Amino acid sequence: MALEMTTDTESAMDTTISAPPAVSAEGETLKMRGRDVKVFYGDKQALHGVDLDVRKNQVTALIGPSGCGKSTFLRCLNRMNDTIDICRVEGDILLDNDDVYDPRIDVVELRARVGMVFQKPNPFPKSIFENVAYGPRIHGLAQSKADLEEIVASSLQRAGLFEEVKDRLDEPGTGLSGGQQQRLCIARAIAVSPEVILMDEPCSALDPIATAKVEELIDELRQNYTIVIVTHSMQQAARVSQRTAFFHLGTLVEEGLTNDIFTNPKDQRTQDYITGRFG
Amino acid sequence: MFWTYAALLLLVFVAANVYGRFRALQVAGHQLSVLHSRPTYHGGYLAILSTLPAFVLLIAWAVVEPRMLDMMVISANAEVIEGLSKPELQAFLRDARAIAFGGIVAFSDAGKEQAAEVFASLAQTSFVLKSVLMVGLVLGGLWYGNRAIRPTMRARHFVERTVMGLLILCSAVAIFTTIGIVLSLIFESLMFFRQIPILDFVFGTHWSPQSAFEGAGAEHGEANTKIFGAIPLLVGTMLITAIAIIVAAPIGLLSAIYLSDYASTPVRAIAKPVLEILAGIPTVVYGFFAALTVAPFIRGWGESIGLSVSSESALAAGLVMGIMIIPFVSSLSDDVINAVPQSLRDGSAGLGATKSETIRRVVLPAALPGIVSALILAISRAIGETMIVVMAAGLAANMTVNPLEAVTTVTVQIVTLLVGDQEFDSAKTLAAFALGLLLFCITLALNIFALRVVKKYREQYD
Ligand SMILES: Nc1ncnc2c1ncn2[C@@H]1O[C@H](COP(=O)(O)OP(=O)(O)O)[C@@H](O)[C@H]1O
Ligand SMILES: [Mg+2]
Repeated sequence: MALEMTTDTESAMDTTISAPPAVSAEGETLKMRGRDVKVFYGDKQALHGVDLDVRKNQVTALIGPSGCGKSTFLRCLNRMNDTIDICRVEGDILLDNDDVYDPRIDVVELRARVGMVFQKPNPFPKSIFENVAYGPRIHGLAQSKADLEEIVASSLQRAGLFEEVKDRLDEPGTGLSGGQQQRLCIARAIAVSPEVILMDEPCSALDPIATAKVEELIDELRQNYTIVIVTHSMQQAARVSQRTAFFHLGTLVEEGLTNDIFTNPKDQRTQDYITGRFG
Repeated sequence: MFWTYAALLLLVFVAANVYGRFRALQVAGHQLSVLHSRPTYHGGYLAILSTLPAFVLLIAWAVVEPRMLDMMVISANAEVIEGLSKPELQAFLRDARAIAFGGIVAFSDAGKEQAAEVFASLAQTSFVLKSVLMVGLVLGGLWYGNRAIRPTMRARHFVERTVMGLLILCSAVAIFTTIGIVLSLIFESLMFFRQIPILDFVFGTHWSPQSAFEGAGAEHGEANTKIFGAIPLLVGTMLITAIAIIVAAPIGLLSAIYLSDYASTPVRAIAKPVLEILAGIPTVVYGFFAALTVAPFIRGWGESIGLSVSSESALAAGLVMGIMIIPFVSSLSDDVINAVPQSLRDGSAGLGATKSETIRRVVLPAALPGIVSALILAISRAIGETMIVVMAAGLAANMTVNPLEAVTTVTVQIVTLLVGDQEFDSAKTLAAFALGLLLFCITLALNIFALRVVKKYREQYD
């Protein structure tokens, strides 16, 4: 994939000196870039050198048969793999121009910039308010109580949950329905104002109606955030994403506009997968 | 005799079981599908039907027979027995039994010989009657059961119900034993409170029952009511328990956190069992460790900085007791901390929380109910502990919150009240029951409190 460095005129206004962001051939800003990413669980290699770009303010879907390394790649993007003792990552992952795996990078800050929503809704056993306030509190984002309330309200609003829960913010988040819980988790992620949101099969534990709501939400969030979503549902990838990457056996087979991938795949394996011949 | 019969019944049980199975297959024409219940159940049905009634009879007989015999012997020898006091009557019966059935006879006389004959003949009759009844029950059960076995018979339901009855019986035994113990505590305590007003006991601040004068029983004087004040014991118990918890709670909890979230697998595999070994050390070992090592050490240390420390101190006992209950806190807390789902830790880490933030703000709150109950269990354990305190804290019922002085606890005083010679109706002995009741009330209150805390803060996660 051709990479071209151009000068961003706006950055001249910045007082700090930073390298201009990378852009794609089409002139779209690349928010994150994976270069030759290899991941090992102990002796077992799960990813065999993946090169993948994530474009700003777009939804990138990762699809592929289970066990092909989608989650593994996703978890590299905010170093969630650090929590697994036996996991080792090689290659470069860049967020803007910062190497995510640079020892000088603070994972706390990284994860504030690259948030994550998990497969199973996992609200903390706290009140709805406290769930959303959790991130702002640990990062000290709110100066006052009013500030915090403002952040919580606006995050819930963006997650499309505010109307449903505004009268019971002090009730436990675990008491919500599955779909509401997942949107609560999204609100929780939004509350720390991340730049990128990673979602690992966020709808796989939800019923169709809740799924539709979350998909709608993902589409709206694209305005302000860059989103990477793992999904096992090709319909979902087609509905919510602009670009799709197909993984197979730990390699990235093919990446491109979602439309192209689904109507005109270049690789036989992609073709087989989307026509349901395996996986 | 009892065991011979029980063994015979067991044989019948096995045989009936085998036969019932065989019979079921026979009536089914060796076609399993026509049977409502599998042959095993028919075997069980027949076995239960033939032996259970006889077994119940056997036990009932064993319980009732001696009493019946005694009563009949007494009525048959009314003229000899007349005028005997209760202990004399018991001695009489004991000797008569010994003459009749063999055993050590204290001394015999004509009256006892006569009673012994009555014993022997009654026992003979009883034996015959019992045997006839049992054989009748077994045969009746076999006959009825054998007739009842047919393909549509719901043997499975019968067996399941019998098993359920057995389970209910076992739990009833546990429950009624508990109730019995509590009731006896209450009754004996009531007897105590008849001599010592309950308020003097619960709110009295002076405890020195050993100074009760001779015959502190029935003809107790006014002074006696003033020496059974339980407050110093309660204060001593609280003091030592508080010291123990202050030691055990942080150490236990922090090591649990280390073990569950920081320790690598090999470290954990070694450290956890080692911690649990602490729980296996007999308390008497802790006791002399406290008395011979820790107490003198504290004393020496106190003297070197100019404090007066008595050679037995609440501090020594509390410290060692704290060490003793560390494994309770750490092992149970470790389990509940581990039970907090990994997904919650991931969720927190995904928001940029550090490990310690995750533990403080997510894991510990989620595990709180379990941790509280672990702590309460440890407290109950500390309150009930006797050995360490006897050896290291002393017997002096000082009312003090100074950990450097000797104190005593409820359990220790129960022990000292009950060692040595005693009359069962003296206030001194009965005081032990009252203390037991007090202790029971405290631990009960603690447990109820713990349950409520757990319920209130129970966090649902799945
Ligand atoms: N924690 C782990 N320890 C060991 N192996 C793992 C772990 N997580 C994933 N793997 C392995 O890595 C491969 C890719 O897994 P994953 O990324 O979860 O696949 P996907 O999300 O595409 O279904 C699988 O073969 C899986 O067995
Ligand atoms: Mg996955």
